Formats: sequence, structure tokens, C-alpha cells
Amino acid sequence: MKKRLALMLVLIMVMMTLAACGGGSDDSSDQAADSGDVIKIGATGPYTGETAMYGVACKEGMELAEKEINENGGVNGKKIKIVFYDTKGDTTETVNAYNRLRDQDEVVAFIGSVLTGESNAIKDLIKQDNMPTIAPTATGNDVTEGVPNFFRVCYYDNYQGGAAANYASKEAPEGLGAKSAAMLVSKGNTYSEGLAGAFKETFEKNGGEVVIEESYAKADKDFSAQLTKIKEANPDVIYIPDYYSTVGVILQKAKDMGMDIPCLGGDGWDSIQEEYADVAQGYVFTNHYAADSPNENVKKFTENYNEAYGKAPASFSALGYDAVYAMANAIIEAGSTDAQAVVSAIQTMNVTGITGEFTFDEEGNPKGKEVTIIQVDNGELKYVTTVTE
Amino acid sequence: MNSKTKKAYLLNAVAVFLVYIVFLTLIRFKVLSNYFGGVIILTCIMMIMALSLNIVAGFLGEMALGHAAFMAIGAYLSGFTSIAIMNAFPTAPALLVLIFSSLVGGVAAGIAGIAIGTPSLRLRGDYLGIVTIGFGEIVRIFFINFDPLGGAQGLKGIPRLTNLSYAYWITVLVVFLIFTLGVSKYGRAIMSIREDEIASEASGIPTTRVKVMAFTISSFFAGIGGSLYAHYQGYIDPDKFQFMFSIEMFVIVVLGGLGSLTGSILSAIVLTVLPELLRGFAQYRLLIYSLALVIMMIFRPQGMLGRTEFSLYHLIYVLTNKREPYKKGSIDGGKSS
Repeated sequence: MKKRLALMLVLIMVMMTLAACGGGSDDSSDQAADSGDVIKIGATGPYTGETAMYGVACKEGMELAEKEINENGGVNGKKIKIVFYDTKGDTTETVNAYNRLRDQDEVVAFIGSVLTGESNAIKDLIKQDNMPTIAPTATGNDVTEGVPNFFRVCYYDNYQGGAAANYASKEAPEGLGAKSAAMLVSKGNTYSEGLAGAFKETFEKNGGEVVIEESYAKADKDFSAQLTKIKEANPDVIYIPDYYSTVGVILQKAKDMGMDIPCLGGDGWDSIQEEYADVAQGYVFTNHYAADSPNENVKKFTENYNEAYGKAPASFSALGYDAVYAMANAIIEAGSTDAQAVVSAIQTMNVTGITGEFTFDEEGNPKGKEVTIIQVDNGELKYVTTVTE
Repeated sequence: MNSKTKKAYLLNAVAVFLVYIVFLTLIRFKVLSNYFGGVIILTCIMMIMALSLNIVAGFLGEMALGHAAFMAIGAYLSGFTSIAIMNAFPTAPALLVLIFSSLVGGVAAGIAGIAIGTPSLRLRGDYLGIVTIGFGEIVRIFFINFDPLGGAQGLKGIPRLTNLSYAYWITVLVVFLIFTLGVSKYGRAIMSIREDEIASEASGIPTTRVKVMAFTISSFFAGIGGSLYAHYQGYIDPDKFQFMFSIEMFVIVVLGGLGSLTGSILSAIVLTVLPELLRGFAQYRLLIYSLALVIMMIFRPQGMLGRTEFSLYHLIYVLTNKREPYKKGSIDGGKSS
């Protein structure tokens, strides 16, 4: 038994040394190869685990931007290198990963994190270190609030909910011309509740009325009770702000019940055409960008992305792409990697990205950003129009 | 206390102090970065969690799969308390606030432990496991829907009071307290129930009361661990305290050896530091980590240390007196492997 224990301990120790070497040699070879010629930018996100699809989509967009920037001469004559660390969507891991990026990799700027919870967990640290940070996809309402060096390229939940309400109340063909609306909300889900709250407020300000508000719990699979009530109330539109996997099931049920009330959603609907094209046919949702937008930049981005990964980019990829470009441009504008100079550059810069044109307001949120309206049409996402809050 | 025990205590105290000095110097002189400091703090927190779980899982021999819930209660209540204190007295000394709010969190978790332990400890084994899983989910869902404590958004703005020194010494204190519990009359009563409940009842041990006591002490220390965690992160959200987190702690205890405190400490170190060391492997990280667990459980099903305790004194004794083999000790007199 003792021999076995010794063997095991030796095995573990060998593995640990290997691990340390693995990490170490990575760093040293990088430094040896291009010491001083590389600007390191850190990034974290859930690249494994339950929310991996968001993290991976974002990472792919960021890697594409990194490649393009380096092919076009880099930043201030140096190449940029994005160091990615996985967080599994866990807040503790995010703090560790961020600390490691700051201390071990000595990054000069940070792009992250992907999820709202992760970003909240490192918010204080970002402020304390004055790390120039752009969050690509954390849409929770007050993520960047109170931290002058924390920005984001995505609009926040309230903004999006308001835009959806504006689109719903505008007369056709610019909108849906709805006078009454129903809301179906995921209880306890910050994203869903945030969007719904903002939608209700703006919709009622526009003179409409939210006639019925139904909710369900995260793991619910049966929505017939809620849908029956909504059917009886007979609103002009149903607002369902949730992720596409749940929305698909709801829409399927609604179709089975013979409902023909138009449904409206948020950016969580992105990718709904892949599995639920038939039940979502003709419905619209708000999103960060449209892959088939007439905009030249978007066309180029979609083509390049398709070439690199063999698929159409999700909206999180576009946001990751924009975040890297915004950070690179800020470093160019600042002329150095000095934290305060970069932060000042971000504060005053104009971003012309895939997801729209905007500046940053004093809370670090995008100002004047357009919300794109997308329609599901025969298994594809079609650009409809853009609205502002 | 005989002279041997005294010597052993003294030796351990010196060792604990030396380790502290070494870490502090290394960080002061930037040999180790703040990042490592953070990992050490997390390791300390996981040690407290594993040790406290070991009281129920190891000493009492019951399956408790809701430990994250007690941690959540401790984290939320202590976080809330220290926010309130810091708002009322912004200049209050950090250590006092941390200790006070940790005690609030610990006591709250302890009360929850009594509340859940009293009815459910009549059950054994997998039945108790299911009850504790259910309890864990209730607590998590409660915090998701309880808006005064942040709801699904999580509790923000908790003062970041936990630093390396506080975390280290609080952990040392918790280790000491749990160790003394193990060798005390009450600890032996707890272990006797694990060995044979009927026999221990026949010897006059009020088994239900002792079981509830063990459960309460365990959840009290879990609350303390939760408090340290909340004050280290500065932000807590209900999603952190999912069922899988309870399982993670259970894995630490089983891997270290059920009933072995030093085993729990060792495996808390290994399982917290290993994923961080493996960051260089990117996506293979979790694969290697899980593989290490599988290999470990195949070759050493009783855990790293089984039921035996590692002792510095014994080690030195063995090293200096090679001729006379030392009788190996374990905290509960269990069979060593």
C-alpha cells in the first residue's frame, strides 16, 4: 500500500511539474521570441461549461480581430497578443484568471468578461488597478457603473427592452403598430426581467398597454397555462425576452395551441433559426447586428468570419470583434500603453464597428447605438430596420 | 497533556508560523505575485469548507450534499452585515468587522444547520443525501428570489476585507478548533455513532442530540468559510452556490480521506491549486483534473491519507529514530491502511 501511495504521489507531482512547465515554457518562449514587440491584452470568458457557446462565439470574433490587426501592421508598430483564460462561467475562476492576467502575463488592457456575473465579480479589481477594460457582451444593467475605466460595446438590457417597445408601438411598416402587449418572463433571470421591465415602461410611455404579464421558472418545460391566459387576453404582440432554447419550446407550444399573435424577443433569440425556424417564422427580435446588413463593414466581417470558421458569426462574435478593435484603436490613439492615456482615449473615441457607430457615455455604456431588428424568415435571419431607445 | 503532545503542539505552532512568514516574505518581495496570494486565500477558504464538511461526512459518517447552502447563508448574511456596518461606521477596523460579520454568518448558518438537522438526521445515508440536496436547492432559489439581498443579480459592494493574513490565521484557528473537537469527548461521541449507532446509544450517548450537534458545528464553520469568501470576492451571486459546488467540496473530503483532517487540508490544497497550475493547458485543463481524480480513486479508494493523520512530530520522530517504528496515529483510532 505504501508503495502505491508513493507511486501516486510521484505521479501527481510529475503532473504538477509538467503543468507548471507547460505554463512556464509558454510564457518564456513568447517573451524570448518577441520581447517588447508585443502588446498583451487579456481576455476571460466561459470557454467550457454550461455557457460555453457564448464564450466561444465571443472568443472567435476576438481572434479574428487580433489576426486582422496583426496582418495590417499591428498597433503602434507592435503586434497584439490576446491571452485567453477560461472561467467556466464561474465568478471565483474569473477573479483568479483576471489576477493571473495582471500579475503573470502583465497585460496592458483587458477585454471581458463575457457574462454579466463574471464582470460584476472583477469590477472592483478593475477599478482598483485602473485597468483599461472593455466588456464585449456583459449586458446587465449597471455593470460598468461607477468605474471610469470600464466600458462596454454592447448596449445594456434596459436600452434593448426600450428599443423593442419602440419598435412594437411604431406604426407598420416601421414597426408592429401594437396597442396592447403581453409579456412572458423567466422569473429570477436578471436578463429576462431587465428586458421585460424596460419594455413595459417604454411601451406604456408610448401609449400602449401591457395587458397581461406571465412568468415561468428557469427549468419549466410546460407553458400551456401561461399561454392559455395570454390567448384569452388576445394582445397585439407577445414579448418573450429569454434565450432561444426556452423560447423555441414556448413558440412550439403556442403554435400547437393555434395562436397567431406575433411574438417579439431580444438578443437571446440569436441562433433560433437553427433549431426552431418553422415555429419562429415571421417573428422579429432585437439584436446587436444583422449578418445580412447592407453595411460594407458587416459584409466584409461576415465573409472573413465564414472563411476562418466556416459558419455565420453570432452576435457575440461581432461584439468580441468590435471590442478588440475599439481597444486597439484606443491604444493607437493614446500612442502608448499607459493605462490612464488609454482610458482617456476610449472616453473620447468614436467607434465604428460591426454592431453600429457610437461613443461612450460617462458610465462607459455605448451612446447613440442603434438596435437592429431581425426577422426570422424561412430558416434565415433577415435584417429589418434599426431603432434607437 | 503529556510532554509528547506538548512537543507536538509546539512543533506544529512553529511550523504554521514559519509557513506564514515564508509566504508573507515571498509576496512582500514580489517573488510570488498577488495572483498567488489570491490562490492561497481561496485554498484557505476551501480548507475551512472541507474540514467543516469532514465533521459530518468523516466523523459522523453521513452523506451531506448541501454544504454550499450553509456557505451561501454565511456568505450572504456576513456580507450584508459588513455592508451595514461599513455604511454606519466607515472607519471601523477591518479585522473587527470581518470577525463580527463572520460570526453573524456562522451563527446564521449554524441555526440553519439545527433547523435542517433536527428533522432530517433521523434519516441515514442516501436518504439524508437527498434531503441535503433539496435543502441546498431551496437556499439557492431563496436567494435568487430574495431581492433585498440582490436577488438573481447577486450581492454587490461587499467590503473586500479578507487578506492573506486574516484568511491564514482564521484558517489556522478553525483547523485547531476542529482538531480539538476531534480528540475531545464530543468528537469521540460523534465517531462512535459512525462506528455503531446502536452500540453508542447503549453506552449512553444521546445519538440524535450528538448528530444534530455535529451537523450544527459543521454548518457554523461552513458559514465562517462563506463569510471569508464573500469578503474576498466582494461580490456573490446565487449561481455560485449550486449543487455542483457542494459536490466539489465532497470530492475534496473523499479524496483527502473521510475522517482525516490533514487529508482534507492536503486535498483542498491540491484541488484548488491544481486547476490554476493547469491553466497553461487551456482546454485540456479540466480533462487532466478529472483524470487525476479518477486515477486517484482507483488506486487509493480510501483517499490520500485514509483515516490516518499526518503529523509533523511523527515524521521527525521516524526520521530521527529509524530503528524504532512509531505507532501510527489517527484522530479516531481507526484502522490505518
